[in-house]
Amino acid sequence: MRPSDMPLISDGDASLLATAFGRRGLIGAGIAGGILASPLAALAQGAPGAAEITVDQARSEPIPIVIPPLGGDFGQQVSAVVSADLGNCGLFRPIAGSLPAGMPDFGTYKSLGARALVSGTATSSGGALRVEFRLWDVLTGTQIQGTAYTAAAADVRKIAHIIADVIYERMLGEKGYFNTRIAYIARSGPRAHQTTRLAIMDQDGANSHYLSGGQWLTLTPRFSPASDQLAFMSYANNRPRVYMLNLATGRQQLLGDFEGISFAPRFAPDGRSVVLSATRGGGSDIFTVDLVTRAKRQLTSSGAIDTSPCYSPDGSQIVFNSDRGGTPHLYIMSASGGGAKRISYGSGTYGSPVWSPRGDLIAFTRIANGSFSLGVMAPDGTGERIMTQGFTVESPSFCPNGRVIAFCRQTAAGAGGAGFSSGISTVDITGFHERAIPVGGASDPAWSPLNG
Amino acid sequence: MRLKLLGALGMAVLLAACSDNSDKGATTGTGAAAQTTGVTPGSEADLVANVGDRVFFELNKNNLSTEAQGTLDRQAAWLAKYPQVTIQVAGNCDDRGTEEYNIALGERRANAARDYLVAKGVAASRITTISYGKDRPTATGDDEQSWAQNRNAITSVR
Repeated sequence: MRPSDMPLISDGDASLLATAFGRRGLIGAGIAGGILASPLAALAQGAPGAAEITVDQARSEPIPIVIPPLGGDFGQQVSAVVSADLGNCGLFRPIAGSLPAGMPDFGTYKSLGARALVSGTATSSGGALRVEFRLWDVLTGTQIQGTAYTAAAADVRKIAHIIADVIYERMLGEKGYFNTRIAYIARSGPRAHQTTRLAIMDQDGANSHYLSGGQWLTLTPRFSPASDQLAFMSYANNRPRVYMLNLATGRQQLLGDFEGISFAPRFAPDGRSVVLSATRGGGSDIFTVDLVTRAKRQLTSSGAIDTSPCYSPDGSQIVFNSDRGGTPHLYIMSASGGGAKRISYGSGTYGSPVWSPRGDLIAFTRIANGSFSLGVMAPDGTGERIMTQGFTVESPSFCPNGRVIAFCRQTAAGAGGAGFSSGISTVDITGFHERAIPVGGASDPAWSPLNG
Repeated sequence: MRLKLLGALGMAVLLAACSDNSDKGATTGTGAAAQTTGVTPGSEADLVANVGDRVFFELNKNNLSTEAQGTLDRQAAWLAKYPQVTIQVAGNCDDRGTEEYNIALGERRANAARDYLVAKGVAASRITTISYGKDRPTATGDDEQSWAQNRNAITSVR
């Protein structure tokens, strides 16, 4: 088999990519969010994408990749964003280098220890931006990807994130998550009475803005599967309840009709309903609310606190938090409400479970001896593993490919609340590469789906 | 309205913290014996100064201690004396639980206090409950004493 006939990646990954690219229109010509992507002709002889990438080492060693400042007036900015995305995820090691003119001299880049190279230009003209981007396999000297994007100049960061996603996908064989957003609660003011605002930002902390004023305590935003709505909890008019916010129109409406406090909302994977909990007597029950008919259906009635429900990605099961056994632990039941089974058995208490989009892991908060841990376990409760610890680490939220978790980290307060801080960090599910997202006082991260 | 109430509470808390720091958080300013002058009878300030506006709970618990029951007995008697007063009971938690669980736990505490008051003859229609989970701590430190202060149900005049 000639090199140009060899598959770029394994068949399994190829089908993954086909699905991803088919939907998002990244390889072929397509429009996504006002951004047009079209293939670039190869500079080299032979078809583009003629290299085979071996990713065996990628999991243990970051892939060295040269990301020089691209040409054009926006080149520096595009490269900076791409470098930050790939470097921060921990799976790549961006290397500074010079931009090749035309066909790269691969020997030069090989001597830098690089596996891959990015080249291209980012040029604006009257508010429009054209970014030409090529990804090269330095070892084989072939072009892996060549795409031109045209969009409004205001979308420069978005295009850079899309390029970082393409590189991630081409090199690792799974979808990237850089062109995503995180909804969260912005926090400011004194410890005893923090001002909380619904807010949203790009996954790297850029473009942060408020979605609500700070008049009422507001908590736990959650994305709909189509990323067009948030469910969240607000104490508006001193009645703590779950609301929906349409991100396109800004329209906000109450969800469901409950006697007690409604809280802890999460969308069903099909987007047709929201599962939440509502207080009653000395406990709280789990309900679903149909988003079309607004009909509610009660799933639990244990008399205990049943809360923090989260669907499995296939929609067949729900993991939730309950103190029906005396202290808060994690349980799994069918999506229709039956057959609850406890899955957490470690010492201390457990809470805020969230199901990985891959389906194979449940992330959770564990509290023991006054300190918090964030961990993952299999849905049957086996293989518990702690990723990070701290005074308070909670509210885990998976990125769309399930590799990284965003969470809230808070420090202990001294007298008068001095030293208290609340922020959002991310950590790889392996427990490596924890880093804070530079967005200031924040909590309750909710990572958007891929189309976010 | 809410801000005003919290402002009043904050003042009360400051006063209480000054006078009762040695008391391991068991009570704050519940000196029913000493009538404070200069407060309007039947007002929030009256409740705080002369009755005791809050009861405290053990970690992850909603049982009412003998002391808590004493405070609620005084609240019930005070409410009988001022039948026009309606109240809100707000449940709170220390920050050693998750955000969502603590919302339910705070409501459980508020309901425990409410149920006790109702059993003592206060009309249920005069009482609303709310829970702030761990988001409105009275004591802003992170030590056992602060946490004990923050596991409470606080009664306020609406």
